[in-house]
Amino acid sequence: MIPLSAYVALSFILFMTGLLGVLIRRNFIIVLMSVEIMLNAANINLVAFSHYLSSMAGQMAALFVIAIAAGEAAVGLAIIIVVFRGKIATNVDQINLLKW
Amino acid sequence: MMMYLLFGYFATVSILSGIFTIALKNPVHCGLSLLSLLLHVAGLFVLLNAEFLFAVQIIVYAGAILVLYLFVLMLLSLKTEEQYLHKKYPFFLFAGVAILAELLILVFQTPYGGVKGTATPDVVLQTGPSHAVGITMFSDYLLLFEIVGVFLLGAIIGAIVLAKTPTGPVPEPTGQRE
Repeated sequence: MIPLSAYVALSFILFMTGLLGVLIRRNFIIVLMSVEIMLNAANINLVAFSHYLSSMAGQMAALFVIAIAAGEAAVGLAIIIVVFRGKIATNVDQINLLKW
Repeated sequence: MMMYLLFGYFATVSILSGIFTIALKNPVHCGLSLLSLLLHVAGLFVLLNAEFLFAVQIIVYAGAILVLYLFVLMLLSLKTEEQYLHKKYPFFLFAGVAILAELLILVFQTPYGGVKGTATPDVVLQTGPSHAVGITMFSDYLLLFEIVGVFLLGAIIGAIVLAKTPTGPVPEPTGQRE
């Protein structure tokens, strides 16, 4: 039996990879992809706890996370298209209109 | 033994694909390594007895969301930027490594207790995994299910409104990006 801590460790390494990607990459789409990596890491965690605690709740939460990820991808990519079409920016750190 | 081998394979490849996703220069290559990550995470779901999530992961994530990303990549024809890392990336790298170390300590010190639920593998196998998921979703989580449906509708409408080609008397100051 694989220990639960192995799944938790894998999940948090993946989460850190995604977080690092959000922090260091400048390309819009790759930042969104890193967010997807983080959501997947959270899903692994939820499903692992659901399995080891014999409960359905984790799997339900993971399903809802997937649905929310679909909506997030659609709206995020639409925003990216708008930003590109208006030539507002080509990189993440050039969007500074709302910067205080 | 087989479980350990499979877990090792899926875990190693998903971590490597995750690193490639954030490290490769060409965005299309990043998308393809994200695809590999999603497929291997689906394999992990099978190891965890979550067959329905395995199918959803492949159909929705790898099939729909990733195709959306690749379509946008091809529509925008993103060039690989010359300065590919953020200007202040050593600072963020340091912060990331610090958080990583902290969380590693936490992961290996936690005992992971918890109250066992009622969905033991025997009970789930009696009704079938997908059947059990459906029963739970349409009884305990019905309200959440409906809310997610409305949310997805709103997200689709929002995406269409945002990405619609602007029409009207205002001339487009910047034309196509050819």
